[in-house]
Parts: sequence; C-alpha cells; structure tokens
Amino acid sequence: MAEARIVGIDLGTTNSLVAFMQGEQPVVIPGEDGSNLVPSVVAMPDPKKVIVGYPAYPYLASTPDRVIYSAKRLMGRGVEDVQQELQLFPFHLAPDIQPGEVLRLQIGAQQYTPPEISAYVLRQLKKNAERYFGAPVTKAVVTVPAYFNDAQRQATKDAGRMAGLEVLRLVNEPTAAALAYGLDRQKEGVVAVYDLGGGTFDISILKLHEGIFEVIATNGDTHLGGDDIDHLLMAIALDDIRGDYNLDLRANAEAVQAIRKAVIEAKIALSTSETARISLDLPDGTPYRREITRAQFEQIIQPVLDRTVGPCKQALKDAGIKPEQIDEVVLVGGSTRIPLVRQLTDEIFQLTPRGKRPHTELNPDEVVALGAAVQAHILEGGSKATEDMLLLDVTPLSLGIEALGGVVAKIIQRNSTIPASATEHFTTGVDGQTNVAIHVVQGEREMAKDCRSLARFDLKGIPPMSAGLPRIEVKFLIDANGILHVSAREQRSGKEAEIEVKPTYGLTDEQVETMILDSFDYAEQDFAERQLIEARNEADTILAAVEKASSHPAWQQLSNDERTQIGMISEELRVLKEGDDLKALRDGTHALDEATRRFAELMMDSAVASAIQGQTMEAAGEKLGEGPTAPHPFAPAEIK
Amino acid sequence: MQTAEPQSVSAACWSCGASLPDGKPFCDECGKVQVPAENADYFAVFGLPRKLHIDLSVLEKNFYRLSRKLHPDVYAQSSPKEQQWSLDQTSLLNDAYRTLKNPIARTEYLLGLEGVVLEAGKSEDGKPKDSRVPPDLLEEVFELNMQLEEMRMNRKMGEDDPALRADLEKARTEFESQLAELDTSLQALWTHWDASLDGASEPEKTEIKDEIVALLDRRRYIRNLVRDVNEALES
Repeated sequence: MAEARIVGIDLGTTNSLVAFMQGEQPVVIPGEDGSNLVPSVVAMPDPKKVIVGYPAYPYLASTPDRVIYSAKRLMGRGVEDVQQELQLFPFHLAPDIQPGEVLRLQIGAQQYTPPEISAYVLRQLKKNAERYFGAPVTKAVVTVPAYFNDAQRQATKDAGRMAGLEVLRLVNEPTAAALAYGLDRQKEGVVAVYDLGGGTFDISILKLHEGIFEVIATNGDTHLGGDDIDHLLMAIALDDIRGDYNLDLRANAEAVQAIRKAVIEAKIALSTSETARISLDLPDGTPYRREITRAQFEQIIQPVLDRTVGPCKQALKDAGIKPEQIDEVVLVGGSTRIPLVRQLTDEIFQLTPRGKRPHTELNPDEVVALGAAVQAHILEGGSKATEDMLLLDVTPLSLGIEALGGVVAKIIQRNSTIPASATEHFTTGVDGQTNVAIHVVQGEREMAKDCRSLARFDLKGIPPMSAGLPRIEVKFLIDANGILHVSAREQRSGKEAEIEVKPTYGLTDEQVETMILDSFDYAEQDFAERQLIEARNEADTILAAVEKASSHPAWQQLSNDERTQIGMISEELRVLKEGDDLKALRDGTHALDEATRRFAELMMDSAVASAIQGQTMEAAGEKLGEGPTAPHPFAPAEIK
Repeated sequence: MQTAEPQSVSAACWSCGASLPDGKPFCDECGKVQVPAENADYFAVFGLPRKLHIDLSVLEKNFYRLSRKLHPDVYAQSSPKEQQWSLDQTSLLNDAYRTLKNPIARTEYLLGLEGVVLEAGKSEDGKPKDSRVPPDLLEEVFELNMQLEEMRMNRKMGEDDPALRADLEKARTEFESQLAELDTSLQALWTHWDASLDGASEPEKTEIKDEIVALLDRRRYIRNLVRDVNEALES
C-alpha cells in the first residue's frame, strides 16, 4: 500500500480548502459539488444533523440561530474577548459561560466549543480528500494566522484531532503563501506577505535564500478582516432602515442575515464597479435599496484598513528593514481584492515609485492551501520540486512569566526562530515550601494582566528545604508549530518536578478526547460505511448480471461444473452482502467475477457473432443490457 | 505540554554505530540526528572558537546548513525519539544563532561562560533592575527627565511645544552618537579579549572583562534613555 498522503488544509474564517501535491504542482481538491471552496459554515438544524459548507447557507435564512460561521474568530478565546462582535452574529453563547473559560456555543439544547465547529469543517475537507483519493486521509498540515497565539494554535490542533486528523504541522498562512509563490521560481531576496482574510490580518517579512524561507518578522491582528468591513456596512444599513422605516432589525436574526448577505454582495461588486446597490426585502416585504459608491465605501472602510498599517510598520522595524528594501510584495486573502487595499499596500511598501507591482497571480483564496500542500509534501520527504525547500518560521509574540508585582519577565522574544527555548530557574520563598506557582503569558505589554494568559502551572513535589535553597530548572520550549511545551526538574535533588498545567483558554486532553470520540467515530464509521455501501452495490451489480446470464444462449455453453461453481459462489456472496465484513465482501465479489470470466468471453463472442450475422452491435448490447450502467462486470471495456 | 527526559552524551551514532565527536548533532555516516548534548556551548554548536569577533557570514552559512540537517520538518515521519531530538537540537541551534548574531547578546553570553554575573536582566524577584546613572551623565539625565515629563504632560493636555520637541530630538541625536561611540569602543575591547586568549594572565583578562561589563552597563543605560525619548516623541 502506498504511503498515506499528507494533505494541506487552509482552515479559513470564511472558506476552507484542502490541497495536495500532484506531481510537481499543488492543486486544490474539489468537493462533490465541484467547488474548491468549502464555506466555513456549519448548520445543525437538529441535533443529529450536521451540514457543512454551501448546503449550510440556506439555514442562515431559515434557522440562523442554528448556524455557526466565522468560528475561527472564536478559537482559543474567552467570553471577555468576543462580546462586541457577538452582537452581530446570529448564534449565542451558552448562558452560564464564565470569563477565562473556553467558549461554548448554544445550539438548541446542545453546546459546542469552537474547535468542535472547526472539526466539522475539517471533517468535510477530509471527506472530500478521501473521496478524491479513494483512500482514508489521516494526516494534514493546517494553516493558522501567523499572529495566532498559543491558545489559538492549540485549539486548531485540537480541532484536527477531533476530526480524525493528525496535524503534523501548523504553518503560518503568510508563510504558506510565500511557499506557494516560491515554488516555481528561484527567488532570492526580501519578501513581504500582506494577508488580509475574512477575519484575520497578518504581515510577514521573509528572507529567501537558496530554498530557505526564513521569516524575519511577523505581526498582525487576529481580529481584523473582511468580517469587520461587513459589520460596518451592516451597521450602516441597520441605522438606515431604522431611520427610514422606523424599524429596528438588530434583534431579528433572519433580517440581519439578509442584510449581511446583501452588503457582502455589494462589497464584492465594489471591487470591480464604481457603484453597487445594497438590495434586500425587509421582513414585511418592502424592498430596501441603497446605492453605494466606491468613494463612500472607501471612506467607510478606511479606519479598518488603517489598522493594518501599524503592524506593517512594526514588522519592518523588527526586521530592521526599510520599505524600499522589500523586493517583492505578495497579497493574500480575499480582502486584498479591494482596490483601496492595493493602494494602501502600494503606499506602505512604496511599490509604484520603484516600478514594482504586488504579486497577485495566484488566486488569493487558494494560495494558502496550495502552500500548505507544498509544506505537506516537504514533510512527506519531498521530491525534485521541493528539494532544498525549508521553512524557518518565528514566534509572533513574546513569551513571559509573571513576576512579583504583576510585571512580565520576558523569556523568549517575539520573532525568535522556532523551535526556540529558554531555561529559567525558580526557588521557594518559604521554608519547607513544596509547590511553586508559575503563570505563563504571551504578549508585548509590561504587565501580565495586559498580556494573554497561556497557562498556570504548579511545580509540585519539591523536596522540603530552607527557603531559597531549591533550584528548580524549568525549560520552556516553543515547537515548530508555535506551541509551548514545559518541562521542569529540581536540580539539587535531581528530581523531576511534577507539572500540572491548567491551560487558560484551552481544552484539557481529556476534554478533547471525549469530543474526538463523538466526531471521530462518526467520521471513521462514515468512511467505512461508504465503502461498505459501495462494495454492496458492486456485489448487487454482479449478482444481478449472473441472474440474467442463465437466459443467455452463452450460458448453455458452460459446463455443468462451471454453472454449479457460479451458483455456489453467488450464494456465498448473497450471504456476505448482508454482513458488514468489507474485505470478505470484496473478495467474494472478486471470486464471482473470476468464476464468470469464461462466460463473459463466450457472451462477447456471441455478441460479435450476432453482429456478423447482421445484428447491430447496439441491439446485441441492448439484449445484454438492462443491467447497471456502471462498467459491466461481464463485459470488459475493450472489445476484441 | 510534555516532560523531556534527561539525555546522556553518546560517542557513537545510535543508529549506525559510527563514532562521533562529542556534541556532534548529526551523524556524518547515516545523517541521523543525535541525542543532544547537555549544556552545549553556543560557539561549539557552530564549530566556532570562543571569541568575540566572529565571521557573521560563516555563522549564517552554518546556521542554514545545520537547519537543513536538523529541522523537525526533516524528521516529520521519523520515530518519536528522533522527532524529540530534532526538536531539541533545532531549538538549541536557533537559540545559539539568535544569541551569537547579535553583538551585545554574544558579548553577554561569552561573559556568562567566563563566570561573570551580569547586573543586567532580572534581580532575584524577577523585576528588571535599573542600572545606576553613570556619574558623568547625572546632570544631563536630570534635565532630560524633566523634559520627558513635560512632554508627557503636554500630550495629556493635547498640546505641542515645538521648542521642547526640538530639544528632545537634539538629545536623542546626542545619545545616539554616544551609542555609536560605545559600539566602536566595544569592538576594540573584543579585539583585546580575543588577543588575551593567547596566554594573557588571569588578572589581565579580568581587567578586560571588567571594562566590557562597565561598557555594557553604560550602553544599556543610554539605550534605555533613547528608548524613552523615542516613546515620548512618537506616541
């Protein structure tokens, strides 16, 4: 059996894609509907039914409180982070949710965490890939915004596990895009990737040298993207409607979704037209139409786009690079289709004065998935196409420990190449103290309370000694996925200190485990079931053909033994078809196919003979016909 | 989160048995990653002599070469132990590269290897310690702090005082040129130190170390001043 394939997945805020390396080119795997994109939308019209992607869209209009979209914006976050934006989402949080807890969304009587919702999207992508390859897919490279923190990365990895995918690597989206662009040309120099997607913004600056893609600085905002533009336009339309019709639709989830759909259409139109119309019918049937010019649109979204400037400048500064030293700029993410974004990036990186243009050759919706496929291929061991390619990425945020007075002692600076580590020593403050509490944070601010809390640990089992005597060495290691690992030992006794980690916004291993079982079983069962159904159909086909065979003149040409043999094997297959042993069923089908081989040949001969006798081939075919349209088990495709 | 087990140093490749020099991160014979050495010295990681002047282009070249051999991407399909070693080796490589390519971090690291406990960084309670004001700067620093305070007040009130701004910009230029001078002096001390490795007496070496420590303290102090001025001017 061939080595199992590793696929590349772009788990996006708005759309998700799965891709793989076909020969020397990464290609996106389409779904059953032929579309490359799977919208990251999950509808659960009833507890037993989960609908993902385009088919989930209609539910946004009919049962908006049972549809989740943009779940990526909720990954690894707490209730205190998302209050504002939840106002415009039609779904609701569980009523008992506490600050500092993993979010739970209330859908009917059920509750789901954001990783579970993402797992449904991943499972759909997994299915699409399995359908395409005709084989199970269990390993993947998944992309994340470069500016994702530890909790958000862990949540993404958890989602993979729940979907039955081993996430071999989390790759930063802008870096993935650089890989996709870097594949077909031998580029050297400094590249900036500006990635404005549905929900997140990243800027990464890379140095390309002999196939090494070395990220030198990254920055961004995990809460900035096309969604924010949509929300601004929605707020304007809602105000407008209230003004004109004295109608407040904010609480009407269906109407809000209709408005959302209308403003997104207008937004997209404005990338190519000078004017567009926000057009929808109000709940009472009154048509609402509003013209919007590109100039107005640009004025509205300017504040959103301006928020990308700061991160770009910071990244340049951290990289120690001036805008004019950037050799190439790559634009990624659907929102970079907006003309004002192109203008803004042109200004930031001073492209026009230098006679340069940004790279937009690859579809901005697909380029990240294509890059993920390249990275997946590298992890598989690579080939000529990816030979010498190596990605060296960085951690986007500084890692620190809360010290006395709530200040942060930074132990790993942002933009350090990962994997990166730091070793710190801790001691006790009281005689006989056996526990030391450590609070790990991520961020650039001076006070721990202003940074992202990652985890609190208790170093336990320290041998009782005088205060200040124990010397506990704690190693913090950020792996190639940007995820933190911690190990500790007490140096005087040489004893491994026990660590109990309480992730602040993460799920515990046990929690993930229970969520996996639910969906994983389901997914595996799904695949097995599908294969079984296919095998049964195959068996049915051949059995039906055998049934008919006895009335064919060629049947009489078989020996008694041959006929008995066929009858026996058919009976066996009929029994196997009722069971669920896939292998036995396939073997049985194969055996019957073998046993009837001579009959098929005889039948062929007689068909040819009939043709010679003046009967048309078609008529002969019709006589045999009525069977399934699939390649007939009795009739080999090539006619001798 | 996981707990790593302490590893021991091996002198033969675990995979093919070829003999290896201590601390060699991968086997020349079979190419496999090796058990990381305990307390590896950053200079040794790159096969560099323990000197302050280093050839940065050689450093970079070796960094890329070793990354290609050791990176976790290369071991994605290998056994869990090889993956762990690759992770440990690569994080050591990255930590070493980050430290050595930065002239100040490199100097501080080497002083640390030489047993110097730097005042920099954190004190026992983890709080960053303020360096003492260098005596010759007392007057200037006093005035600067007054101006910075005024600038912050102005900002709060939404006012702008162009004269004050100009003064601060002048101070920044002044301190920046002092920083540049210090960097030149530091390089001269590097040369002294590197030369002292060829048989200088311990007291001579200690004297150079003390000079470097004093210079680094002063540099840190001035750098913080520049940072404060920049913050006041930018925000």
